[in-house]
Amino acid sequence: MGRRGNFNPDRRTFLEGVAILGGGATLGTLLPSWAATVAQGATPAMPTLAGDDIKLLVGHTRVSIEGKATHAVTINGTVPGPLLRLKEGQRVRIAVTNTLDEDTSIHWHGLLVPPEMDGVPGVSFPGIRGGETFVYEFPLLQSGTYWYHSHSGLQEAVGHYAPIVIEPAHRDPVQSDREHVIVLADHSEMHPHVVFKRLKQQGGVFNHQRQTIAGLLAGEDQSPAERAEWARMLMDPTDISDVTGAVMTFLVNGHGPNDNWTGLFRPGERVRLRFINAAAQMIFNVRIPGLKLTVVAADGQNVRPVEVDEFQIGNAETYDILIRPAEDRAYTLVAEAVDRSGMGRATLAPRPGMTAEVPPLRKRPLATMKDMGMDMSGHAHGAGHDMSMDMRDPANAPQIKMGPAVQMISPMPMDRSGEPGLGLEDAGHRVLVYTDLVALERNPDTRAPSRALEIRLTGNMERFTWGFDGWKYSEGPPPYAFRSGERVRITLVNDTMMTHPIHLHGHFFELLHAPVGHLPRKHTVNVLPGGKVSYDVTAEEGDWAFHCHMLYHMHGGMFQVFKVRAAEGGAT
Amino acid sequence: MKRMIFLALLTGLPPMPVVAQDPHAGHVMPPPKPPAEETGTGAAQPVGNAPPPASIVDSAVDQIYGTTPMDRARGILAEEHGGRPVSKVMANILEYADADGGSGYRWDLEAWYGGDIHRFVFKTEGEGVGSDGATIAETQALYSRAVGRYTDVQAGLRYDLEPEGRAYATVSVESLLPYWFEVEAAAFLSDRGDAFGRLEASHDLRFTQRLILQPRVELELAAQDVPESSIGSGFSSAELGLRLRYDVRREFAPYVGVNFEWLLGQTAEFARAAGADDEEASFVMGLRAWF
Repeated sequence: MGRRGNFNPDRRTFLEGVAILGGGATLGTLLPSWAATVAQGATPAMPTLAGDDIKLLVGHTRVSIEGKATHAVTINGTVPGPLLRLKEGQRVRIAVTNTLDEDTSIHWHGLLVPPEMDGVPGVSFPGIRGGETFVYEFPLLQSGTYWYHSHSGLQEAVGHYAPIVIEPAHRDPVQSDREHVIVLADHSEMHPHVVFKRLKQQGGVFNHQRQTIAGLLAGEDQSPAERAEWARMLMDPTDISDVTGAVMTFLVNGHGPNDNWTGLFRPGERVRLRFINAAAQMIFNVRIPGLKLTVVAADGQNVRPVEVDEFQIGNAETYDILIRPAEDRAYTLVAEAVDRSGMGRATLAPRPGMTAEVPPLRKRPLATMKDMGMDMSGHAHGAGHDMSMDMRDPANAPQIKMGPAVQMISPMPMDRSGEPGLGLEDAGHRVLVYTDLVALERNPDTRAPSRALEIRLTGNMERFTWGFDGWKYSEGPPPYAFRSGERVRITLVNDTMMTHPIHLHGHFFELLHAPVGHLPRKHTVNVLPGGKVSYDVTAEEGDWAFHCHMLYHMHGGMFQVFKVRAAEGGAT
Repeated sequence: MKRMIFLALLTGLPPMPVVAQDPHAGHVMPPPKPPAEETGTGAAQPVGNAPPPASIVDSAVDQIYGTTPMDRARGILAEEHGGRPVSKVMANILEYADADGGSGYRWDLEAWYGGDIHRFVFKTEGEGVGSDGATIAETQALYSRAVGRYTDVQAGLRYDLEPEGRAYATVSVESLLPYWFEVEAAAFLSDRGDAFGRLEASHDLRFTQRLILQPRVELELAAQDVPESSIGSGFSSAELGLRLRYDVRREFAPYVGVNFEWLLGQTAEFARAAGADDEEASFVMGLRAWF
């Protein structure tokens, strides 16, 4: 492959791009060609950024979504930014120039890079100030589907994200005839700082699917008794997603549902779809009616193939899917918002301009007692009227700093990694669950963990404040400390009613349901409400960000640092 | 079947690629051990009880980038992860009122600024008759502290502009009670040594996603007779409002409604003695808005 990228943006081309847009050109001219409205398929021959020296320019750009001009913070002038197509074993230098009047940064999500190259201002490096250029340099130790995005402010919510594909150094065990990168995202006309402020100002402000008296009279949703019980506990079962389709447009490769991004195939081809959920706050349910989806990789790591009809993808997760559309027809790719408040939509077709039926949104799910960590199905006794007392017992998690930021403490959290995610329990077809995932390759570390650590995911939905073990990061919690090379079993317990996709930088979590040696490795794990997830991790030296990948939860305080030091150096 | 074919493709796997040897990489991968306990799951592996390491306070990258730029970035990091103050300005009541005794207007506004725990709160409420100046105008400046999941305690000063200039020390509690009742209880001690109390409660009845009926009650009480203000000790007045609003947006909701007010006890006696009504019903229309 070529050593130089065939798209080498310098300041002049960037400025020309802005000028063209200002002159009224459509977004199509500014999209990278792999994401143009009719994509021919992302192959190495296509214009992407490749090679050992890459230049990226972060700036303000007006982009068009469904014909409406909107503000974006972009990488090289497009949303998403350019696909980086790299090769395992390569050493890459990436110069990032910031043309904003505020700091920016790029984090290489899922890449095992040296800690000082990880891109989190205040943890890994000082950030990139306006007008400055920072040169990242690191070797590529892995292959697969990843992505990169800002770790500054709320820039990620307005377009500062892009995909990465790293080809394996040797033959790819996943063979396909063509592939498409599918970047899912959400976009709001409302400035992200205003979105956050609204969430703080009024609980459930964007939820327009609440239970109503009209619904009660129509026999919908909860029974009167259930409504009363939930109201007594000040819990809203319709609070599935903080930010909804009421203020969001859901994007596939930068395109709204009506833009209808289209990926081409020839009937009979084996097509690899590389899904990345780059959304700030939305979890998606993904399906392609008429096609089976064979999951071959999760978070960039190959897994033993699993055939499903649908999968839920949390923020920052990636899944590689193989499909084999045999018929000469179009298929709709549906990325339905988890709260069913909207969908991202694209088309896979043999020829441009074709469409297929778009299925209607399914009914929005309701949270259940299980989502409060109170699954009573296995407990004939105990379901009673003292529940509110038990719902916040500090004895169940002594490490939690109690206070107004801790709304509840799950009294009976259960491992929900065998569940498909909120609202998909009765989808009527096979939905991927974490326990389906088994690593294809052998794990690099198969030791048993030397100790265990439980971390509670805490928050208060009414105050829209979020944290770990009761701490917002701004309150200066003690960092989680580890010895370099030690293997630790971490259990995350979700003490909130929202799903949290938790991401650890610089590491892979290894989920425990699979045979030793083939634990699936993930950089981001969805922890369902009232649920818990355990995984083993081998600590890598350095300081690493650990946070919820829902941007507004992170911005509300759900962020921490894992500090890992050599065992002999004072960390005993 | 397809899956079988696919699995067959996987059999020709190359050996695990040897990753680039790079001293800069920083990723120390322990060498893989030969397969031993492949039968069990990861969950079945025993977990040791090694003690956690001592707390770590130093930064791993300060020596590379320098402490000064890192300190600046750490300040931004903390602010962007839970430390950003927020504000809200809300007109809960901003209305025209039509009663037998004539028309008038009324407001009840609140603004706050601060973090999750500590906030500065400004409140004002009052009313007027016709298009004249206000007959009642009250302001409060308070420090607010979150003390519970749903409860804030506030303390500060109240100053009345009308009917006469008067200052009070104020303590109040705002809370969200089970079944989604918003309540506020306040105590006031005036610069003349008189003590008063106020209780407010409201609830949103959601007919549809946007059509919402808000019943609201307010009780005023006094610890002593204050004849010059025509207030008697005990409960002095009660109010019930029913406001039906339409959320054009959550932050912009016009409403119509009715409001009933009763003077109670000795206060009612004072009113009757002065030839005034001791109860009033009014039709209201107004705006509930916030930003």
